[in-house]
Amino acid sequence: MDSEAAGVLPRVEPTAAIQRAAGRNRRFTQTVEKVIEAWVKLTAMSAILTIFLIFVFVGREALPLLWEDPQPGLEHEVVNWSTLAGPTHYPDRPSRFMWQPVSNVPKYNLPPLIVGTLKTTIIAILFAAPLAILAAIMSSEFAPRWLREIVKPTIELLAGIPSVVLGFFALMVLASWLQDLLGLRLRLNALNAGIALGLAVIPIIFTVAEDALTTVPKSYREASFALGANRWETAIKIVVPAALPGIFAGVVLGFGRAVGETMIVLMASGNAATTTWSFTDSVRTLSATVAAELGEVVFGSPHYRVLFLIGVLLFVFTFAVNLCGEMYVQRLNGRLEGSRS
Amino acid sequence: MRTFARIVTAAAAASLLATSAWAEGSVTIKGSDTMVILGQKWAEVYMQKNPGAKVQVTGGGSGTGIAALINGTTDIAESSRAMKSAEVTSAESKQGSKVKETPVALDALSIYVNASNPLTEISLPQARKIYTGVITNWKELGGPDAPITLYSRENNSGTYVFFKEHVLQNDDFDPSAQTLPGTASVVNAVSKDANGIGYGGIAYAEGIKPLLIKKDDNAPAVEGTLENAQSGKYGLARELYFYMFPGKNAAADAFAAWVVSPDGQALVEQVGYYPLKR
Repeated sequence: MDSEAAGVLPRVEPTAAIQRAAGRNRRFTQTVEKVIEAWVKLTAMSAILTIFLIFVFVGREALPLLWEDPQPGLEHEVVNWSTLAGPTHYPDRPSRFMWQPVSNVPKYNLPPLIVGTLKTTIIAILFAAPLAILAAIMSSEFAPRWLREIVKPTIELLAGIPSVVLGFFALMVLASWLQDLLGLRLRLNALNAGIALGLAVIPIIFTVAEDALTTVPKSYREASFALGANRWETAIKIVVPAALPGIFAGVVLGFGRAVGETMIVLMASGNAATTTWSFTDSVRTLSATVAAELGEVVFGSPHYRVLFLIGVLLFVFTFAVNLCGEMYVQRLNGRLEGSRS
Repeated sequence: MRTFARIVTAAAAASLLATSAWAEGSVTIKGSDTMVILGQKWAEVYMQKNPGAKVQVTGGGSGTGIAALINGTTDIAESSRAMKSAEVTSAESKQGSKVKETPVALDALSIYVNASNPLTEISLPQARKIYTGVITNWKELGGPDAPITLYSRENNSGTYVFFKEHVLQNDDFDPSAQTLPGTASVVNAVSKDANGIGYGGIAYAEGIKPLLIKKDDNAPAVEGTLENAQSGKYGLARELYFYMFPGKNAAADAFAAWVVSPDGQALVEQVGYYPLKR
């Protein structure tokens, strides 16, 4: 008891029994490790499997559109590539792109929705990317430690704001500000939705870009300072180019989020399916259309299939953007490493 | 201990049986957002009078209710528009039973503008030209020289479909019409937009002004009152409907019969609609 209290354990010679026990223990540990390893693998694979299954399911609901016979009573609701690509022709007025799926003769022209999605997304990126990247440079290169520790978590907190709250803010507050500030005719428009969307995208770009900037090796900065460059020159000419792949990856991620984001555009864009390039017109996006209409469609109807087709389109769109981004990042990386050697 | 466990199991089983027996008296109603308050009022009073009956009312839009009826997930679909023949065919082929339409109340729609707009009346042909994009400036109606902003409803709304059929005569809305998710959002938008025009159930809200309706350009301008709606003088009165498969759920049949009885009709005016003409 005294030796234990003093923190010194009595020395025990390993007997044969103890060695056997240790062996059993090791075998047990190895089995547990194998099980855990298999579990981790399974988890990683299940993510891939889930994405694959979602794609299969969405595609399975959408594609019968192309070969399925119309349902009894719905013969007039034919959908084919020309009705999807539009425009709709009228006997008494010029042809135009129409999205009016609930109608005696439904119109499923997709261009207004694609244009709407592009408009809000472009505005969101133009608004968010410069702000987020400059904030990341400021936080990683210039800010004193105490300021960085306020700025970084605060911007990241922006990511935690539910999109419905951002949408409500855009609907009630931002729309009125913008209208008064710019003298806009329409309260709810692409600009309003795009800026609100930008607020949701800023933390994504900021986080990734900031990580990329801080992981640039310290030796780069030291070498630059040693050659007589000041902090500004070092940041812009050395650190940012070295972190460019990461910054670009952040922008691509932000773009994907902006394309798929639903609640904000549903509330803030006015949801008018226009096909103009004016940023102050109301727009209707692909994702908002699915959200607004999927609740009411009859299973298996052409309208239902078209909405799933929009889902496929969104999926393909973000996939393509991510892929292009990934390839560009690879090339950038290659160039940077190539110049290093 | 074991007998105690047995008693608990028996009690649980009995309560399970009891709830399932009780659930036979339950009715689910889904559909028109316009009719949700009306349906809930009926359900509330009906359940007070018939203990044991259970009526659940949810909204989502007439289209949602009809889709639910076709898919077999509701007993009664509330709709502020008549079911289309394609929908009836689809419902009957899917559920293998005849759909029954019951008008249950009258609703008078209104067309309204911002309170600052000098306009006081509008004819249905004018409204059609405005919403199809033929008339785009208020000065063409004798108002100020300002472009018209169109506010409309999402296309799962029965009000949207009624307006499209009866005012636009099945023509298409101009693409610039903003689609908002409910009557309240349209009222809110028009009250904030001096050049806005919207439509919906008769609404008395600050900042907007319902217009008198002329059936055609030479007809008298009429207000959407009970008498004008019941007599058919008001051009935008519409019937509100229940759609169901009779004989499928006895409790639903009983509820629908009670709704059109004098007892049920007496409640209609309390929530801002008009009873059916006797």
